[in-house]
Amino acid sequence: MASVDQTQLFEFLCRMGDNTLVLGHRVSEWCGHAPVLEEDIALANTALDLIGQTQMWLGYAGDVEGKGRTADDLAMLRDVWDFRNVLLVEQPNGDFGQTMMRQFLFDAWHLAMLKALTASSNEQIAAIAAKSVKEVQYHVERSGDTVIGLGDGTSESHKRMQDALNLLWPYVGEMFVADAVDDAMAQAGIAPDLASLRAEFDAHVGGVLAEATLTIPDGKFTHKGGKSGFQHSEHLGHLLTQMQWLQRAYPGATW
Amino acid sequence: MSSPNSAYPDTPDTQTKPKRHEWPLWEVFIRGQHGMSHRHVGSLHAPDEEMAIKNARDVYTRRNEGVSIWVVEARHIAASSPSEKGPLYEPSESKVYRHPTFFDIPEEVGAM
Amino acid sequence: MYAQMIKSEATQDDPEKLAAFQARIDAGEKIEPKDWMPVGYRKTLIRQIGQHAHSEIVGQLPEGNWITRAPTLERKAILLAKVQDEAGHGLYLYCAAETLGVSRDEMTEMLLDGRMKYSSIFNYPTLTWADMGAVGWLVDGAAIMNQVPLQRTSFGPYSRAMIRVCKEESFHQRQGYDIMMKMAQGTPEQKAMAQNALNRFWYPSLMMFGPSDKDSVHSAQSMAWKIKMNTNDELRQKFVDQTVPQAEYLGLTVPDDTLTWNEEKGGYDFAEPDWDEFFEVIQGNGPCNTERLAARNKAWDDGKWVRDGLLAHAEKRSIRKVAAE
Repeated sequence: MASVDQTQLFEFLCRMGDNTLVLGHRVSEWCGHAPVLEEDIALANTALDLIGQTQMWLGYAGDVEGKGRTADDLAMLRDVWDFRNVLLVEQPNGDFGQTMMRQFLFDAWHLAMLKALTASSNEQIAAIAAKSVKEVQYHVERSGDTVIGLGDGTSESHKRMQDALNLLWPYVGEMFVADAVDDAMAQAGIAPDLASLRAEFDAHVGGVLAEATLTIPDGKFTHKGGKSGFQHSEHLGHLLTQMQWLQRAYPGATW
Repeated sequence: MSSPNSAYPDTPDTQTKPKRHEWPLWEVFIRGQHGMSHRHVGSLHAPDEEMAIKNARDVYTRRNEGVSIWVVEARHIAASSPSEKGPLYEPSESKVYRHPTFFDIPEEVGAM
Repeated sequence: MYAQMIKSEATQDDPEKLAAFQARIDAGEKIEPKDWMPVGYRKTLIRQIGQHAHSEIVGQLPEGNWITRAPTLERKAILLAKVQDEAGHGLYLYCAAETLGVSRDEMTEMLLDGRMKYSSIFNYPTLTWADMGAVGWLVDGAAIMNQVPLQRTSFGPYSRAMIRVCKEESFHQRQGYDIMMKMAQGTPEQKAMAQNALNRFWYPSLMMFGPSDKDSVHSAQSMAWKIKMNTNDELRQKFVDQTVPQAEYLGLTVPDDTLTWNEEKGGYDFAEPDWDEFFEVIQGNGPCNTERLAARNKAWDDGKWVRDGLLAHAEKRSIRKVAAE
């Protein structure tokens, strides 16, 4: 394995783990409230997969950091500015259509990313990716089918899906913008050049959205600041307020 | 749920009601990792067969129970009616040799 | 239980058929959907299985209330998997009821407009993390006690659903007790939290078995039909006898001053729950009835466009397919 700055590796692992942590949390909010029982169960499966992936990514991040922090410590005891997830995944659930559109856009990126990571020069990362990629392959099939079904369904469902796409599309770009951490990972053969994933993403997403009779909005504007941690949305703090409450209220207790 | 030999009955109540616009009911059959054939595991609702298979995966293989899934819309299942129970099943009941325990295998032969 | 206060329907069928039907049940045969059955049997079962299913679905809410606040990633995953199982159990049960000629959507509408009920226990609030322990330990413990014998119930689809449910539920009570153990061995605050949860959930758990047999006039027919396998008092006694030593192991106190071991009957004597409270909860006056039904109604109403949209897509697709052929 090519040598790499451990701080940057830690940063990269937090990005992977925070994406799955925050999205898994959002999806778990649906439990008991989905439009139909079968969807309730399916959403819980997705959330469970994402929580499991979080344990692997953040667990390894803690090892790399070497300060004895566990995955739970990283999840429950960091504040907003320490989180490294993209802005897309912290967006609120909205209606079911918005949730599924967010899921599909993330899944499509996630799948391309994980496929590349299975060839990582870092064996542990390759192993985590190999386990995750099978799960995410199914996530994107399911979210893609749902986007198609609802986009093509009734005039109401079509309108809601188009609204969701218009709202969320400006958050897509952040997943592909590389910074110094990404460049270092790419040079070490740990992770792919993010820009190289875009063509596969565009083909996949373009195909699904066309079948869903949805139109990708014009404009190149992209929201940024999540994965660098520079500027999250206000939503993340509220999410953490719930997620971290017990650990914060009763410090040091074991559960 | 209306054909005379479908798997489920219509109650007098439901026969008179107009058809409701609901996701149809599907029967799910799963063959497990070491299973020889698909077994009926239960039912679910889905708008179409593709979603029925996906839903079956999510509902009925939460504990890695299956590797192959069949779904069929419940209304397409023809079922024997209870009054035929005798003629349909009794002949096979008399063919006890179809069951492995019919044969006494000497112990020294080993497991079979 | 999850199907409390089910009145068995009077039945006016051909006495000869009735006798033959009863003989099948007495012989331990399973009744299948297409078999002849008394009108009262069918109606009682629809009500009972439907109520059982509704209880699973509404039962997602009090525990779902803590999924986003679970203290660790592992606890979050376990709780989510458990609440997801409850959705699955509701689904199996609805399917069992559907074999009797009523659709899931019809039953759902009857839940939402109050024509059908669900178990009183789910109208109590979950206020602390210890409640996740208490619910798993006590509520699932009581449920399992009722569901295990129901695996032998006379109606085939119900019996098979119960077999699957029991198999999957084996971890539910254990995860609850595991939470309680951690709390009881934890900080003084955690232990107090655990005691507080036991104090609040003890009597509501006892209520889950339904009113005393002497006040329950509908048991006899259901027991003859084998859609009720034990009396309410039998199960309640069994639950108390099983649970008291478990509480002692945790170092927690069952909130009942009168609790004493009765050597003669080989079980505990214990205080009855407040049955007035029980009937108030059933009537809609429990602490969370309004919120629970509002949450189910919201999910159903908000989900309509999704159900309609996916169905419309499926219909369009099948038309296109036919056109292409």
